[in-house]
Amino acid sequence: MDRVQKLNLVGLSKADYAAAPSTLCKGCGHNSIANQIIQVCYELSLRPQDVIKLSGIGCSSKSPAYFLGQSHGFNSLHGRMPSLGTGALQANHTLRAIGVSGDGDTGSIGLGQFKHLVRRNVRMVYVVENNGVYGLTKGQFSATAEYGQDLKYAGHNDFPPIDVAVEAIVAGAGFVARSFAGDAKQVRELLKAALSFRGLAVLDIISPCVAFNDEDDSRKSYAWGRANERALQELGYVAPQDEIVVEDYDPGTTAVVELHDGSRLTLRKLEADYEPNDRLRALERLRRGEEQGELVTGLLYYDDSRPSLAEVSGFGATPLSELPDDLLRPGRDALEGLLAAYA
Amino acid sequence: MGVQEPLSSPCVGAAPTAIVNDFSIAVATANGTGSQTANLALLRSFFKMGIPVHGKNIFPSNIQGLPTWYHIRVSRHGYVARRSPELLVAFNPTTIHEDVAGLPPGGVCVYNADIRYTPDRADLTYYPVPVKELLQDVDVKGKVKDYVANMTYVGVVAHLLGVPLDVVRRSLEHHFGGRAHLVASNFDVVSRSHDWARECLQKVDPYRVEPMDATEGLILMTGNEAGALGAVFGGVSVAAWYPITPSTSFIDALRDFLPQLRKDPEGRPTYTVIQAEDELAAIGMVVGAGWAGARALTATSGPGLSLMAEFLGLAYFAEVPAVVWDIQRVGPSTGLPTRTSQGDVAFAYGIGHGDTRHVLLFPSSIEECFEFGYKAHDLADTLQTPVLVLSDLDLGMNNWMGEPFAYPEEPLKRGKVLSAEEVERLETFRRYADVDGDGIPYRTLPGNQSPRSAWFGRGTGHDENARYSEDGAVWWRNMERLARKHETARQHVPTAVIQESPGARLGVICYGTTRYAIEEARDALALQGVAIDVMRLRALPFGAEVEGFVAQHEDLLVIEMNRDNQLRDILRAELPQHAAKLHGVGYIDGMPLTAAWVERQVLGHLNGRVD
Ligand SMILES: Cc1ncc(C[n+]2csc(CCOP(=O)(O)OP(=O)(O)O)c2C)c(N)n1
Ligand code: SF4
Repeated sequence: MDRVQKLNLVGLSKADYAAAPSTLCKGCGHNSIANQIIQVCYELSLRPQDVIKLSGIGCSSKSPAYFLGQSHGFNSLHGRMPSLGTGALQANHTLRAIGVSGDGDTGSIGLGQFKHLVRRNVRMVYVVENNGVYGLTKGQFSATAEYGQDLKYAGHNDFPPIDVAVEAIVAGAGFVARSFAGDAKQVRELLKAALSFRGLAVLDIISPCVAFNDEDDSRKSYAWGRANERALQELGYVAPQDEIVVEDYDPGTTAVVELHDGSRLTLRKLEADYEPNDRLRALERLRRGEEQGELVTGLLYYDDSRPSLAEVSGFGATPLSELPDDLLRPGRDALEGLLAAYA
Repeated sequence: MGVQEPLSSPCVGAAPTAIVNDFSIAVATANGTGSQTANLALLRSFFKMGIPVHGKNIFPSNIQGLPTWYHIRVSRHGYVARRSPELLVAFNPTTIHEDVAGLPPGGVCVYNADIRYTPDRADLTYYPVPVKELLQDVDVKGKVKDYVANMTYVGVVAHLLGVPLDVVRRSLEHHFGGRAHLVASNFDVVSRSHDWARECLQKVDPYRVEPMDATEGLILMTGNEAGALGAVFGGVSVAAWYPITPSTSFIDALRDFLPQLRKDPEGRPTYTVIQAEDELAAIGMVVGAGWAGARALTATSGPGLSLMAEFLGLAYFAEVPAVVWDIQRVGPSTGLPTRTSQGDVAFAYGIGHGDTRHVLLFPSSIEECFEFGYKAHDLADTLQTPVLVLSDLDLGMNNWMGEPFAYPEEPLKRGKVLSAEEVERLETFRRYADVDGDGIPYRTLPGNQSPRSAWFGRGTGHDENARYSEDGAVWWRNMERLARKHETARQHVPTAVIQESPGARLGVICYGTTRYAIEEARDALALQGVAIDVMRLRALPFGAEVEGFVAQHEDLLVIEMNRDNQLRDILRAELPQHAAKLHGVGYIDGMPLTAAWVERQVLGHLNGRVD
C-alpha cells in the first residue's frame, strides 16, 4: 500500500500494538484510553512480549482485549486483578504490567486488594477507568458516584463518593495521577511516566460512560470534564534516549522529575505553588477540588523513595519463572543434611 | 533436696504382669506453659530408645492458660492410631476430675500434688508429684520456672517407665539444638524429679518400656513440615497464604526451609513468600504466578478454601496450574478449628460453580506429604489445572515416624510449555486446541519472545485460539475437552494402595490418616477370625484399580471422617453400577479414629447394624 507505517526503535509499527476491535459502546471513554495505551507503547518502543495486560471485571476490564494483541493478558475476577498481578509479577519481575480496572472493580469489590497492591508497591501501571457507574451490569451507582446524584436507572445516590486517588495516596502510593479521557495528551504523558516508575503508579482517569452516566450535570461526563478540568501542570515526557529540551524553561515554574529508568517528566506548573511531593497538600487540593466542583488533573503525588515489591524480595536478574531446574530443586545432600536433624 | 517420704502412698496393691512398650499416655496441662517441650522430650525419648511412638496434640481453640492434652502412643507393634490412654499426667487443675474419670480400671495417674485434689478412685494407681518443692532449689527465676515445671513429670515418668536419664538428655539436646543453657536448666529439673521419684515413689503399676530397634534410621516430623519440604524440592517459587489453623505451620516450615535450601549462586532467593491480606488474595497470587510460569502454592483450611472458590473455578477454566494444601479441620463454617476432619472432600472436588472437577491428593503419612509435596506441582503443570492436597490437622500438626524421604529421582515435569522457537515453528499457536487428544492443551508463558505466543486468559467462553466466544458449540467442545483432561488425570495421579487378606469378603475403603486405625483394626479383627481387604485411595479422580477393587467385592464399607459419607457418594456417582454395595460410615467428633471404633463399625456392618 502507499501509506508506509513508521517503525519505532524495536522495528514495530503502530499497527503491531493494536488488537481485536473494541466491542464497547462507541464513544465510551475506555476506548480512547485503550487507544492512548496503543500510542504510548508504540512511542516508547516497548516490545509487546515484555508487557502483560491485566484486568478485573467490567466494561473497563474488557478493554485489555482491545490493545496490544501481541502481549499476554489476563481478564481475571471482579476486584481481584491486584492479587493476580502481584503473583504474576513476583513470578516474572522483568515484565512491564498495565492493569486496567473500573471504579466498581477498584472502589467497591476490589478496594481491599487495591489498597494492599499499593501497600506492597507492586511495579504496575494501574489505570482506573472511572465513570461513576457499573457499566457492564447496566447503570447501578458505583462507589465513586457523587453524593446526591440522580440517575434515570439507578435513582438517587445517598452516599458520598470514594475518591480512588485519595485512597491511593493515603495507602502510600508513590505515583498518583488523575486525568480525563477527553484530555488525550495528558493521559499519554502520564502513562509514559507511569511506565517508567519503579513501583505502583495509579492513574485515576475519568472515563465517561456514554450509555449510563454522561448527563451534562454528572461529574463523570464529557461535558462536565471539559468545563471543569483544572490541570495542575502541563506534562512532558522525555525518553531516556532523548536530549531534554524543555520549551520556555523557566526555573521556578517548571519542575523536572527524574524517573527510575533515566527518563524524565517535565511539569510546567499551571498552579504555581503546587508541589507534587507533599502528601497532605495533595489530599487538601483534591478535597478543595471536590468541594468546588473542579476536576483536578495532573500528577497529584510523586515519591519514588520506596522500593517495589520485587526489589524488596531481592530477586536476581532471572525471573523466578525462568530459573533452571537445578536452582529450583536442591541436591540430594541438601535433603539428607536436613533430614539428619529429624532423626 | 533431701530424702522424702512419698506424699501419699499408691492405692492399688500387687503389680500384675508387666506391660512393656504397649500403652498410651495422656498429658493434661495448661496451654502456653511450655508443656510442648516436655511432651516432645518424652516422645523423643521413647523414639530414641527404638520404640515406635506417636504423639497427638489434642488442643482446644484458645491461646493461653486453658487446658491442652498430649497423647503419646507407645506401641511395640508400630501402631500409631489414637488409643484411649491408660496413663495420665494430670497437671491441669481445671480438668483433673474429668481426666481421671477417663482412665480405665488399672490405669495410672501421675498428678501435681500442688493441685487441690484427693485421689478418688480405688481402681487406679496414683503418683503425686510435689512440683513446687521439686522446683524450690532450681536456679531459674520467674516465668522460666513456670516453663520448666512440666519437666518434673518428665523426670517422674522416666523413672516410672524406665527411660534412662541420658536418653532424656539427648532428647533435650535435640530439642534445644545448640542452646546448652536451656538443655542444662531443663535437664536439671528432669534429673532432680527422677531422683526424687526413685527415692520416694514405690512403683506398683505394670507399665514400662524396654529398648527396641524399631526406630533405627527413622525420622520424626510433622506432616506440614514434610509437605513444605516436598514443595521446596518440587521447586515451589511463589507461596502466598493467609494464616489459619491448622495450615499455618506449613508455611512456617516453608519459611524455615527455603532460606536454607534455595539460593542462587549469587545468594539471592529463588522463591518468594507473601503473607496475603486474605485467602482471596492468596489464591489470586498463586494463580497469577502459575499463569506467569512459576510453581506456586498456598496452604489453607476449610474457611479459607471457601474464599478461594471463585479463583479455583477460574484457574480450572483458564487452565492455570496452582497447588493448594488444604489442612482439613472440622467444619462447616468456623466449626471446631483445632480438631481434625475429612470434611472438605466433596467441596474441594468440585470447588467452583458450573461443571468443575479438580484433582485431589490424599496423603496419609509424612513420606506421602513429602512425595505429594513435589508431585502436586508436577501434576499441576502437567495437567494445567489446580491440584488440591487434602491433608488434615492430625497429619499436619503432629509428629509422625517415617522413613527418611527418598530424593525425587525424576526431573521436574513442566508440562506442555512452548518456547519461542517452538511457537515460531508452528503454523498457528492455538492455546486451547487438543493437539494430542488427551485434553491437555499447550501453553506459552508471558515473556515468551515470539510475537505469536500471546494469548488472553479469561473466565469467559473462549475458542481454541483463546478468543472470546459465546458460541454454544464452542463452549460444549471446550467443556468436553476439560472432561477429557480430567480422565487423563487418572493416569497421572498416585494409585490406590490395596491390602488384601485371604478369605476376606468385606472391602474397606479409606483415605488419609484414617488408615492407621483401620489397619490396626484389620489386625485385631483377623485375630477374631474376621478378614477384611483394605483399599486406601490416594487421589481423585481415581484410577482403574479402584474400580477393580470395588468390582471384586460384594460388600464395601467406606470409612471417613465426615457425616455425609462424602467419598462414598463420589464413588457411587462415578461407579453407578456398584452404587448399591458401597456403604458408608462417618466419624465426626473431631478426634482421630481409634481402632476400637473401626472394629465396632466393621463387626456392626457385618452383623447388619451400625452404631
Ligand atoms: C463476584 C462478582 N460479582 C458481581 C459481578 C458482576 N459484575 C460484572 S461487571 C460489574 C461492575 C463493573 O463496574 P466497573 O468496575 O465500574 O466497570 P465499568 O463496567 O463501569 O467499566 C459487576 C458488578 C461479577 N462479575 N463478579
Ligand atoms: S456501558 Fe458505559 S462503560 Fe460500558 S462500554 Fe458502554 S459506555 Fe462504556
